[in-house]
Parts: sequence; C-alpha cells; structure tokens
Amino acid sequence: MSNEHRSESPRPFRPDIVAFFCNWCTYTAADLAGTSRMAYAPNVRIIRLMCSGRIDPQFVLAAFRQGADGVLIGGCHPGDCHYQEGNYKALRRYKLLRRLLKSMGIEEERLRLEWISASEGEKVKRVINEMTEELRRLGPLRLAPKPQARRTRLVPVAGGVP
Amino acid sequence: MSKPKVGFYWCASCGGCEEAVVDLAETILKVVDAVDIVFWPVALDFKRADVEAMENGALAVSFVNGAIRTSEQEEMAELLRAKSQLIVAFGSCSHLGGIPGLANLHHQAGIFRRVYQEAPSVVNPENTVPQWRTEVPEGTLTLPVFHDTVKSLDQTIDVDYYLPGCPPPVKLIVGAVMAILENRLPAKGAVLAPDIALCHECPRKDSKPEKLLIKEFKRPHEMLTDSRQCLLAQGLLCLGPATRSGCEAPCVGANMPCTGCLGPTSHVKDQGAKVLSALASILDSNDEEQIEARLDDIVDPVGTFYRYSLPASFLYAHPSANGGPQP
Repeated sequence: MSNEHRSESPRPFRPDIVAFFCNWCTYTAADLAGTSRMAYAPNVRIIRLMCSGRIDPQFVLAAFRQGADGVLIGGCHPGDCHYQEGNYKALRRYKLLRRLLKSMGIEEERLRLEWISASEGEKVKRVINEMTEELRRLGPLRLAPKPQARRTRLVPVAGGVP
Repeated sequence: MSKPKVGFYWCASCGGCEEAVVDLAETILKVVDAVDIVFWPVALDFKRADVEAMENGALAVSFVNGAIRTSEQEEMAELLRAKSQLIVAFGSCSHLGGIPGLANLHHQAGIFRRVYQEAPSVVNPENTVPQWRTEVPEGTLTLPVFHDTVKSLDQTIDVDYYLPGCPPPVKLIVGAVMAILENRLPAKGAVLAPDIALCHECPRKDSKPEKLLIKEFKRPHEMLTDSRQCLLAQGLLCLGPATRSGCEAPCVGANMPCTGCLGPTSHVKDQGAKVLSALASILDSNDEEQIEARLDDIVDPVGTFYRYSLPASFLYAHPSANGGPQP
C-alpha cells in the first residue's frame, strides 16, 4: 500500500485511517465499543500508545507516506491526562502539524484530534464513521512521489581505502 | 607510489562549499601533499572528458556538493560514482537537499515565471526562458533538462559518507580527510560528525532553564537578544535540539539561532517533524485560542523547520511540484 502507486480502481474508494489512541482513555473506549458490539467503519488501523503526548509528529508523516489517507489522534479530555499534561502537548503539536500539512498541500481535515474518555465508546464509533465519510469525500491522498535513497550498488574497494 | 586521486564537484549549490575547502587555509597544504586533486571545476581546468577517460574506480574519493536538479548534475553524479571508490556527499544540499530543496514547494513553471519574469531585478521584455532544445540553422542546441523536483545526492546515486553543514565546518572536513587517508572510516552510510544534538556543545548550555517553557515565539529582528542566555529560552526559534552537533555553534555565538544545517542525528528520520515537536512542546499554553495566536508567530513553518532538509523529509515535495493541483 502506498500513496504513490495506487492505481485508479473501479471499486469505490476505501480510505485508510491510522489512529493513534492513548492507553488510558481512547483505546479503552475503543475496547468498550468492541465489547458493546458497536459497528463502525472498518477503515481504521488503531495503534495504542501510552499517551497522546507520545505521538511524535514523525509518526503522523510516516503514516501519510506509507499510505494513510487520514490520521486520527485520540487522547484523554483536557484535565484528565493520566500523565497530567501529555494531551496538551499533543494538542499543540497537532495545531502546528495541521499548519505544516496545509503548507505542504495536504488537506488539514486529514489529521484529526479528538478527546475521547474511557466511557465514550459511542464517540469512537461516531468519530471513525465521520472521518471515513470525510476522507471518502476528499478522495485518496496524493503525495509527491519520493525517490528512494540509493543503497543498491556497493562499490568494492580494492585493497582498502588509500 | 602515486598519491590517491581526489575529485571535487558541484551540483545545485551556491559555491559556499568550495569556499569551505579554501577555509581549510594552510591545512590544505597538508591535504595537497597527501593527495592529487585531479578534478575540481571551480579551481582547475580538467573537464568532464578527462573524468570520462579515467578507469572506473580511478578516483579514491570524490566530494560532491549541491543538490540534484538537472539532467547534467545527474549525469555527472553517475559518472563520478563510476570513477570513484568513495563518494562523499559534501554539505547540506548534497546531504539532505539543502536550501535549493525548498523549491520542492513550487511547480517548475512557477519557478521559471518568478526567476525569468517576475523577480524585481529581471528585465526580460521578450520573455526569454531556457529551452531544452532550440533549432538553429546550424542544427539543434540543447540545455540540461530541469527536473520537476530537487533531490539529494543519495536519491540519485549510492553515497558512502556524508559531510553535513552549510558549509561543512572546517574541523569536520579535516577529520573526514584524515579518516580517509588513515583508513579509519566508520561504517558505510555514516554522517561524519558527532551523533548528538547541538545543545550539548552549545556555549549557552548552562543558561538553559531546568524546565524550558516560552510564552511566545520571536524573530531576531524583533528583540534585543541577550548574548549569554539560551536563545530558545528567549523565544527565538533555535533548532539546536533537533540538529546534529559538530559545528561548535558559531551561529549561536554570533547571537543568531541555529537554523539546522547539519541535519538531524541518526535517531531522527525527519528533522522538520522533530523541530515542530520540540517547539510545540515548550510553548507555555494549554488554551486552544492562545495556542493558535502564538503559532501565528511562526510565519513560515516549512521554511523554518525544513530549511535544509525538505527533499529528505517524509513529505518530500508539494504535490503541485509533480504536476498535481496548484495551490
């Protein structure tokens, strides 16, 4: 799967969402949605982290480069962070990252942050469904193809380097 | 026994890297004693044909600076790769794409319009722009093709080592040359500089507060900078935390924040994302509206975070650079 080589398919576009959920609130809520047998769009791949403050902006950009059409970040409500301030850090990074994405020609809507507490299984379902619809409307993410670093040709060094 | 042969070449660059070689001052005499410089277009009269006439691997090492934008640069990089036992990407442009790499934000037509028509210093009433092929009575004239995007050297050829910096600091150049001569190079693919963030060798390190928090981001011309205190603590966008050390922080010494030219350490894949992460973390506000207002002070996020590394980043280029929709 890659945003660079995806061909036009006759099937309807099925967006891929990578979701980073914090262990204490949003991931637990997703678990609750599951045990409550709620059905939500199957387009999401959830990655659990201990805190939304652990989300390195590199993770988000790597997800886009590797084929995600959207990235969803889920953390505890303001004031509820297990580590006190991690979700505020996530908020500030998210705000700045959206600006960066916009400058790089990527629709800001492709990155979404939601505060979802452990009891809000219903909200997990709603947010994932909404985001899937939104991405379907936006269509596939098309990034500029990136040339791979050349690491193929090893030049034998006769008798070692001078 | 003949001395090892060395080549220098420049691609999309400003000439500052050549200047860095001159900055070696008398040390260059030691280098010249130890090697034969057989190709260096900026200083010597050897031509491409002279390189083509060499056997493969005849050059012990070639130092290539500049990013890759045109077909000619690509051809020369490939030629030097074939003729050299070692290729060292020399300087930020060759290492990560550098300042020319920021052109990946723009479509080729837009770049030509700006450079050949709109720029205030341009007088071009006939709208002459470079053509790849021009028919004249004597035949066809050609120019190198201007590619859609700017690439780093290792996105073009296999690179053995990297000498980072804009330009590479003299100390690192000497260290690299000595390592090559004394055959004590690290594993292939290494960046020949310390693998730790600049803050560790910053002269203002001790003035960094235990918990670094700033109320607002500022630009150097908007304030009187304290010449002793940590620049980040003063609100300046100093990229030291996300930049490799090895330069001994001359910019900080001159009261200017680090702009990140040595690139990231080996632990980081995307320098701009790490800069963004660090700056967002230390902004002292938990209020959404206030955060937005403070972030307005960062007028050019891409140009600030990726000043030297856009082609090496995850996103690489604006989609319009490759013929996608224009912004």
